[in-house]
Amino acid sequence: MRRRENYLFLFVLALLILALCVVFPINKGVLGNKDFQLGLDLKGGSYLLYEADLSKKDPSLTDAQVMAAVQSKIESRVNTYGVTEPIIQIQGNNRILVQLPGVKDVNEAIKLIGQVALLEFKEQKLDASGAVAKDADGKDIWIPSTATDLAGNTEALTGKYLKPNAYVSINNGKPEVAFEWNADGAKMFGQITARLINKPLGIFLDGVLKNQPTVLAVITDKGVINNITVDDAKILVNQLNSGSLDVPLKPLQQTDVDATLGADSLRKSLIAGLIGIACVAFFMIVYYRVPGLVATVALGIYAAIVLAIFKLIPITLTLPGIAGFVISTGMAVDANVLIFERMKEELKRGLTIKMAVQEGFHRAWPSIRDSNFSTLITCVILYWFGGTFGAFMVKGFAMTLALGVLISLFSAITVTRTFLTQMVNNGMMTNVTLYGGKHD
Amino acid sequence: MINIIGKRYWFFLLSALIIVPGIISMIVSGLKPANDFQSGTAMTLTFNPTVEENALRQSVTAAGYQDATIQHAGSGEYFISLREITTDERVKLQSDLETSLKTKMTVNNFSTTSATVAAQTVRYAIIAVIVAAVGIMLYISFAFRKMPRPTRWGFCAVIALLHDVLVVLGIFSILVWAAGVKIDALFITGMLTVAGYSVHDTIVVFDRIRENMTKGTIKNFEDVANFSINETFVRSLNTSLTVTFVLFALFLLGGSTIHYFILVLLIGVITGTYSSIFNASALLVVWENNEWRRFISWIPGVSKGKKTETKAA
Repeated sequence: MRRRENYLFLFVLALLILALCVVFPINKGVLGNKDFQLGLDLKGGSYLLYEADLSKKDPSLTDAQVMAAVQSKIESRVNTYGVTEPIIQIQGNNRILVQLPGVKDVNEAIKLIGQVALLEFKEQKLDASGAVAKDADGKDIWIPSTATDLAGNTEALTGKYLKPNAYVSINNGKPEVAFEWNADGAKMFGQITARLINKPLGIFLDGVLKNQPTVLAVITDKGVINNITVDDAKILVNQLNSGSLDVPLKPLQQTDVDATLGADSLRKSLIAGLIGIACVAFFMIVYYRVPGLVATVALGIYAAIVLAIFKLIPITLTLPGIAGFVISTGMAVDANVLIFERMKEELKRGLTIKMAVQEGFHRAWPSIRDSNFSTLITCVILYWFGGTFGAFMVKGFAMTLALGVLISLFSAITVTRTFLTQMVNNGMMTNVTLYGGKHD
Repeated sequence: MINIIGKRYWFFLLSALIIVPGIISMIVSGLKPANDFQSGTAMTLTFNPTVEENALRQSVTAAGYQDATIQHAGSGEYFISLREITTDERVKLQSDLETSLKTKMTVNNFSTTSATVAAQTVRYAIIAVIVAAVGIMLYISFAFRKMPRPTRWGFCAVIALLHDVLVVLGIFSILVWAAGVKIDALFITGMLTVAGYSVHDTIVVFDRIRENMTKGTIKNFEDVANFSINETFVRSLNTSLTVTFVLFALFLLGGSTIHYFILVLLIGVITGTYSSIFNASALLVVWENNEWRRFISWIPGVSKGKKTETKAA
């Protein structure tokens, strides 16, 4: 038994040193190369939730395929835009969650992400007499221009036949988006322009007519879109190169947090947490004396291990998540309170310190197990609740609380017992009053 | 030894005195849902140079948002809520306000929610509370499976849990019209945490009752319960005290976004301790003695408090 306790003692010490190395890296070596990952509410940024209109999808594709395609296109748009560490996730079966930390111009980012950016090429519909057909409002009716692709199929000409190398160019002081066709597109555009010599070609973006240049010659390689502002041109280039979205997206929820507000909350909550933990330590030492001191040491080890795990997994820290961690430190000593109260009872019954320590841990275990298990049940439900409708703050809280509960079981029981047993076995602190034996 | 179980109806009455006004307040005014639960837009704005509340109100109305609510949040910060707006509308509102107020506007916080999401959140929140309660009830019934009628223990623990949830809901529904507090997803998180934590203390007492029953030195269940509560009284207080320390520090000094979230937890921990000492085991005794029948015959002559407790069970 004594041998096993010794090994445990060494194990706990090794674990503590390892955890401290991760939390406070001396040099950014193997263990210290990661920083704490902060959530949007702490570092500032935008959180966007979209719903995809799957009724408009290509019927030959499954919902999941469409969503995956939309996700990868948004990823490519956001990456080109230059946001660091964006998160793009599919939520449920038709939602996309986009988190953009530290984004400067949110409105521009929203335009970039949410727009389908479907580029279409259309021609005027002619009536039986060969004149341009008009709708009820007297406007020209446009119909998609179709042509035969390399495989011999007749298809409508859209942005999907572009090479992903569109760019903004300036022509006569005005911005325009220049693009090039791929092999299929070149063949089709050649057929269409040949057919439309001296007639207008309509260029539509998301159903809106952008330009209607008159075709002067057969063109097969490239084209431009003008009548556009510089900002919009930049966005359009990005969108054309990432590809148009397969289905339209509807914005459901948007939350922006200012970075300074987040930093301020983080600082305040950390200070508050430290003060709270200090109060707990003070109370435990004053009320439970030697065991209380041991529990405080165990609490320190607990904090080091939890923080190290936050860094290593890594767990994204949100403000409620940090609150969850701080609360879990308060709960971590719960188990110690139960054990120490039990020890006092056993001492009162006349047991030796050694026996009382053993009995205290043994008898307090069932209620510690049951109460912590019920908290874990709640954590699982909270995690599901937060995940189902994309409340990242709720999820963060559930995650840190659950982790806290699990590790607190280790610190409050294994660590405290190992340390206390070491002290008792080595004949230290043999006065019963130090354990609160003669009080109460 | 304090005779807690003997005065159980006084403690039930005390619980009722807190819960009943809360329920009335909830029925009368309801809980004001924040942006997570209601479609619309919420923004926190600061202006440089600062603007007057009235001027801001006029400008917002002039920009076409007659229904907007504007609250002064101190130090030149304003909280504005209006209908769900698009990005273009947001850009226009900002430029309109900046022009008419001749100032520079910063959006510190912006959130907009559509009606679909709002409705779903509420539904999921309710499901989450129910699932948590059922899960905990099943677990406790399992943990006390060696006792006669184990489901009773699970049931009483869950009633104590619902008691705590009701106390928090009630106090918050009063805070809604007293202090303009809004209910958001974090509030639900807080409620669920309260639900999970409430059982913590209850289990400690139940566990002791179980131990003392197995010992068999005291024959009467009522006495066993009272003895066990007295034995665990100090630890029930101390375990809550440690959590209360950290919560109190976070409440006073922590970030403003989690202020009410922490308040939910703080109230929850306090009422959780109360219900586990004074209500949970008392309910077990009431059930063991079949005291239900007695007040069924009293209705409608009973005081309101006892009636509520009967219904709750």
